[in-house]
Amino acid sequence: MPDVMPVALLDPTWLQTVWFLLWTLLWAVYFMLDGFDFGLGTLMPFMARNDLERRIMYNASGPFWDGNEVWLITAGGVTFAAFPKAYATLFSALYAPLLMLLFALIFRAVAFEFRNKVDSPKWRKFWDICKFFGSFVPALLLGVAFANLFQGIPIDGEGVYHGNLLKLLSPYGLMGGVFFVLMFAHHGALWLAVKSAGPLHDRAVAWSRTLWLLLLAAAVLFLGATAVFTNIYASIIQTPPLAVFPILAVLLLLASRFARAGTYLAWLAHAGFIVCVTFFGVLGMYPAMIPSSLSQAYSVTAMNAAASPTTLKIMLVVVIIFVPLVIAYQVFVYVLFRKKITAEDLQRQSDLY
Amino acid sequence: MEWLSVEMLSRMQFAVAVFFHFLFVPLTLGLSLLIAVMQTIYYRTGDERYKRLVRFWGRLFLINFAVGVVTGISLVFQFGTNWSRYSEYVGGVFGPLLAIEATVAFFLESTFIAVWHFGWERVSKKLHLASIWLVTLAGNISAIWIILANGWMQNPVGYTEINGVAQLANLGDFLTVISNPYAWGQFFHTILGAWVLGGFFVLGISAWLILQGKQADLFSRCVKIAAPFTLAAVLCLMLVGHLHGNTMSRVQPTKLAAMELLWDTQKGAPFYIFQWPDVENERNAIELIPIPGMLSFLAYSDFEAEVQGLKDFPKQDRPPVLPVFLSFRLMVALGGLFLLLAALACLYRKDLGKHRLTAWMLFLNLPLPYIAIAAGWMLAEVGRQPWIIYGLKRTSEMASPIPASSVGISLLAFTMAYAFLGVVALYLMRKTVMQGAEAPSNQAAEPPSKQVAATPSKPDGGENHA
Repeated sequence: MPDVMPVALLDPTWLQTVWFLLWTLLWAVYFMLDGFDFGLGTLMPFMARNDLERRIMYNASGPFWDGNEVWLITAGGVTFAAFPKAYATLFSALYAPLLMLLFALIFRAVAFEFRNKVDSPKWRKFWDICKFFGSFVPALLLGVAFANLFQGIPIDGEGVYHGNLLKLLSPYGLMGGVFFVLMFAHHGALWLAVKSAGPLHDRAVAWSRTLWLLLLAAAVLFLGATAVFTNIYASIIQTPPLAVFPILAVLLLLASRFARAGTYLAWLAHAGFIVCVTFFGVLGMYPAMIPSSLSQAYSVTAMNAAASPTTLKIMLVVVIIFVPLVIAYQVFVYVLFRKKITAEDLQRQSDLY
Repeated sequence: MEWLSVEMLSRMQFAVAVFFHFLFVPLTLGLSLLIAVMQTIYYRTGDERYKRLVRFWGRLFLINFAVGVVTGISLVFQFGTNWSRYSEYVGGVFGPLLAIEATVAFFLESTFIAVWHFGWERVSKKLHLASIWLVTLAGNISAIWIILANGWMQNPVGYTEINGVAQLANLGDFLTVISNPYAWGQFFHTILGAWVLGGFFVLGISAWLILQGKQADLFSRCVKIAAPFTLAAVLCLMLVGHLHGNTMSRVQPTKLAAMELLWDTQKGAPFYIFQWPDVENERNAIELIPIPGMLSFLAYSDFEAEVQGLKDFPKQDRPPVLPVFLSFRLMVALGGLFLLLAALACLYRKDLGKHRLTAWMLFLNLPLPYIAIAAGWMLAEVGRQPWIIYGLKRTSEMASPIPASSVGISLLAFTMAYAFLGVVALYLMRKTVMQGAEAPSNQAAEPPSKQVAATPSKPDGGENHA
């Protein structure tokens, strides 16, 4: 009998599947939340006409961005805990892009905190530039990275990566990057429309309309290319219920355009769009987490990368208790700071960015 | 050891990242507690002076918090990017600790720091106070999980090797991991170190402002709160340090032998006040003023106990001796100084302005707790070598299969970016301190109080005199 593995490891794969779903969910929530921060940062140099408007754009992310970013850390931590081999392979294979993402996030974060601490236009300008790159670069890199994952990356059986940074910037990878940048920019414009008033609000609405058209074009292009470059559609055809995600995504994208401009509803519809797109792409890879473009046998999957059932169960209990709690208090904070940011707020409250 | 190997470059990169990160984190752990205390006084008494103090220390806190958070992410990333073989081996045991930290504590901290930061005048006083306490609590809970993870590298317990990787085989394994005695000793030692640093930070800056005659009354209040707190924390720190040393001696005999420069195993080993190693010849070049049996007592709380010497272990299993020895001595010497300074601060807490020498010493002491903490971590981490997981896996086996050039470039980038951030953070903290507990310049500068200053003889003031 070749069967020397403990029975528990051969047991049904429901745990691994549940964790694959949770892994997908964490990424989806991260994109949905930090996406608008990235969008605001990317749009700011083009949309804000003076310092006041720039500050409103900073403060539109104000009390939220820090909590949003923790979803990324949790997604990373959960990958480490639940799928150690996926974590090890993914992070070492994508060494350069991940560290670029990291530096971008570092400078974005301190830009928030430091910008308004010194009363000098040059100082502010410097941090504004940091915030732009700290928002645009992650949006682009995340898009490129996920497109490459959908397509598969050249890893061998030992998880060693046989490629380089330029290889990631393939046409399909770049399409993914552009799609993410536009998706987040649109998300940011919708958020700004909610959080601002007056001319900036009107401009945000106008920009969101233009960005919506661009996003639509990019989505058609990217999703079309996805059929050519990846196996995602094939797995959707194999598991028809998954088709609900692309269909919902299309409907929600439409809803985000035709809901009343400047309302939370429009933003929420687009947030749903982001979640559905993530589920569509990531679930389309299932059970692979990092498909290998060299050979299917080398792919890192939810099954071969998972930690022991004990680890998965313990983490499941932690997640079931704490993630709803986190969602509850984060919703509470979003509701608490739901009001628009006005020029008077900026004058009256010294604590704002 | 090849200096330009992936292993060495990755070690240097992790060292840069972790030392820099831990310049900011301990302050946020200790300072948040003191801020929470001051805000509680404000909440209870309504005394506006405490509100000004909370805002002042809060500004310093937020600068440190921002840098601490972003530099923390880089550590989690580096396990995967630079130590992928390690990550793959330990993920099932070590990963949950990091994931639980994020889920249980870090979300709480990051969400409520925003409520606190942006909540002045916007949320109820009660919620605002609760926010700072939640931030303090979450920060300290965070530390538990992070130190449990590090403690596992120091003393790997509660795992089963399945298919060549460490795994939790059952719930009992997990309970063993989270009750690791080494980790808990390390946690209390670390957290108390952070509180001592926070306490001395408040004392040092308050002392300086008092010496400058800036809002001396206001900052004397901080001294009164921080001095007893710091003294108590130093005393507990030393006690816990000794107890943790006992645990460490049992678990990591090579670290003990290296930090005490003990080459030959002996019973009733003495402690030398002055020592210097001669590593090449496996002996000490200098050994002066022995205290008989003291090393045995320090290590095992028994003057007669046998202590293992370095020669008992193969050369390839010993840590680098000199840095381990020096960092231990430095940490302990600074600890003694802290006890003295905290006692003086406590003694003169009511009129520090009159005891200028003590005030100056407290000010000049500002960088020393940072150095002591760095030395402690140097001892813990360099003393663990050559193991990445003590006694189980060597650091050299666990680096990622990536080109060394990538790591070289990223090491350079880390060093430059962090040096820049360090300078900027220091500049902003200095600027904040110079402004004192007044409104910051960008504030609408409390126009009513300006008017009061501009018109010294207000009608009602005059009436009162009349």
